[in-house]
Amino acid sequence: MKPIQSKEEYQTYVDQKTPNSPILKNCFNAFWVGGLICAIGQIIFEICKTRGIDETNSYTIVSMILVFCSAFLTGLNIFNKIGKFAGAGSLIPITGFANSIVSPAMEYKSEGYVMGVGAKMFTVAGPVLVYGISSSIIIGIIYIIFNTQSLILV
Amino acid sequence: MDWYMVLKAFITGGVICIIGQILIDKTKLTPARILVILGGLGWYKYLIDFAGCGATVPLTGFGSLLAKGTISEVKSTGLIGAFTGGIKAAAGGIAAAIFFGYIASLVSKPKIKKQ
Repeated sequence: MKPIQSKEEYQTYVDQKTPNSPILKNCFNAFWVGGLICAIGQIIFEICKTRGIDETNSYTIVSMILVFCSAFLTGLNIFNKIGKFAGAGSLIPITGFANSIVSPAMEYKSEGYVMGVGAKMFTVAGPVLVYGISSSIIIGIIYIIFNTQSLILV
Repeated sequence: MDWYMVLKAFITGGVICIIGQILIDKTKLTPARILVILGGLGWYKYLIDFAGCGATVPLTGFGSLLAKGTISEVKSTGLIGAFTGGIKAAAGGIAAAIFFGYIASLVSKPKIKKQ
């Protein structure tokens, strides 16, 4: 085997050697697992609605229940297996957000409860919170200045 | 029980997950970055009206929830609302994730990952 010279050659070499991830199959699994999680959420939402809880609170209850299930399954090491199978299907719903908090917390437990669990909890979820909250503040300020809702479709 | 809404939630949520899966497979973005991108795109009231939890449960709904909370708080309290509204609206989900996450990490033993 001849030595690899340039960056491009190396890239083609890697592309040859790495197995093609079967994107159609991945997408199909992501679709039905993700859809199933959302459908479960909708069923919880409908139950809340028949009990007379208002819409905003119902959405909060849905996310809390799903977050709880996800944290529970992550703790039992089941969520990782689902994640391997479903890819984005379990990652994109709010279950993925919970998983991204629980799994580093578990992993760094050996470093102690303050600097391990407490600090490492947000290694993955931190950026989501930082950019989400920052952009929401910017949206609020834009809204004050222009005082128009048509600018932001919320 | 409105099964038609459940079906719409299933399909919409599934499609959002497919978009996420394509982003993972094709762009070599790490999952964490995809979460940020999708979270930032959350300005879609119409999709929520259409699909209910199909639009709010995916992480895009988190961004939308923040934006919506900010706007309604700005309407009632002005500038201070820009800072309090977003987190107030998302507080339930964030607090639940932190609390349940902490409990789960306390009671569980980490497994060595088999690669």
